Amino acid sequence: MSAPIKLAYYPGCTMKNHARNFEDATWSAMASLGVEMEELKRWNCCGTVYSLAVDDIMRRLAPIRNLIRAKQGGASEFATACAMCYNTIKRANNHVKEYPETLSRMNEFMDQEPDYHGDVSVTHLLEFLRDKVGFEAMGEKVKKPLKGLKVACYYGCLLMRPRSVAFDDPENPKVMENLVQTLGAEPVDFAHKMECCAAYKTVDRPDIVADQTYKILTSAKGQGADVVMVSCPLCAFNLDQRQELALERHPELRHLPVVYFTQLMALALESGETALDSKRHHIDPRPVLAAKELV
Amino acid sequence: MTVSINPDKTRQAFIKKVESISRQNLKACYQCGKCSAGCPMAAHMDILPNQVIRYAQLGMMNELLDSQSIWNCVSCMTCNSRCPKSVRIAEVFEALRQVLLRRREDHLFTQKLSQKTLGELPPIALIGSFRKLTS
Repeated sequence: MSAPIKLAYYPGCTMKNHARNFEDATWSAMASLGVEMEELKRWNCCGTVYSLAVDDIMRRLAPIRNLIRAKQGGASEFATACAMCYNTIKRANNHVKEYPETLSRMNEFMDQEPDYHGDVSVTHLLEFLRDKVGFEAMGEKVKKPLKGLKVACYYGCLLMRPRSVAFDDPENPKVMENLVQTLGAEPVDFAHKMECCAAYKTVDRPDIVADQTYKILTSAKGQGADVVMVSCPLCAFNLDQRQELALERHPELRHLPVVYFTQLMALALESGETALDSKRHHIDPRPVLAAKELV
Repeated sequence: MTVSINPDKTRQAFIKKVESISRQNLKACYQCGKCSAGCPMAAHMDILPNQVIRYAQLGMMNELLDSQSIWNCVSCMTCNSRCPKSVRIAEVFEALRQVLLRRREDHLFTQKLSQKTLGELPPIALIGSFRKLTS
C-alpha cells in the first residue's frame, strides 16, 4: 500500500450543521482513499460571500485569518469541500496578493496574529482529488461501481467563476464528470450545469430560488438524470429543500434527489452508508439508488 | 426617453463613487449586451445589466438606487466571465448596493423572518444574505 497523503482540511460552518452528511461522507471517503485529513485548528467562518467592493477591507479579514491558521499549523496549502468557502478564501487570497498595501493594513489591524504574506494556497477538494490523488488511482479503489446511475453534475456559480478561481474550463468543466465516470456512474450533459441557483436569495426571495430550481432540475431530468451531484451546501439546500416550493409554483415538477460528490464517492468506495443519512435530504436518494441495487 | 449629458456635479460625484468602490472604468462598456444575455437573474431585473452600466455611465443615480436589479443580482459572475471588455459588471452592482448600505439603508430585515424560517435556513444562506443585503 502506498504512503498516506496528508491534507489540511477547512470545513466551514454549514458542514458542521445542515450539511453534516457532506462532512461525514468527506471524512469516510477520504479515509478509504488513504488520505489523512487534519482539520485546521481554530478555523473561523470564511465570510461566506466575497465582497466585491475594493475598499471593503473588513470583510476580507475572516478568510485571511484562516490562511494564518493554516500557516500556524504548519500547512502551506489546505483544501475545502464547500464551493462557497473555496471561492471566498481563494479570492481574498488573490486579492491581497494583488494589493500588498491592503494586506499590510490588514496585518496591522490583526496585530495579535502573525503577519500573513500570501504564501498559503487554497484548493477545492475536487481539484485535490484530480491532481493529488488522481482519478485513475481512485478508480482502483472503487469496490462498488455505481453502474447504471445517471448523474447530472451541477457546478453552480462558485467553483469555476470568476476565472481567477477556476481549476477547469469555466464554461464547460469536466472534473465532476470525470469523477462520476471514475465511480462507475454515467454523467449526463445538461444545459444548466453552470447556471446559478440564486444562492442566498433563498432567504428573502425563495420564489426566485424555487423557479431556478425548477429550471435546473427539469433540464437535468430531461437528460435522464437519476440524481444531481453538487459540491456546495447552499446549492444543495436550494435544489433539494426548495423543491417543495418549486412544486407549488410548478406542479409539473418531477422530483430529483440531490447528493454531494463525496456521498457518491463514499458509496462507490464502500466507506460506510452513514454518508447517506436520509434525514438530511428533502428528497431521499435511497429509493433511486435502491432501484439500481446500489444500497 | 431624452437623456441629456452634462457635467452636473451630483452626477459626476455619483459616477466617481461607483467607479471608486468597484474599481471599474464604466466607459469601457460598449453595450454588446452579453452580460444581460447570460444573466440568470435577468427575468427579475427591472433594469438589465447592460442598461445598469449605461445608466451608471450617465450618472443616473435615482433610477439605479431605486431599482430591484441591484438587489436581485447574486454575484454569480457569469457576466464578468463573459464580458469581452473585461468590465466587472458584478463589481458595479456591488458598488450600487454599497452606496445604499453605507447610508444604513438595508434591504433585508431579519426581524421579519420567522423563527421557523431562521431554523430551516443553513448558516451559509443566512450569513451570505446578511453580508450582501444589510449594512
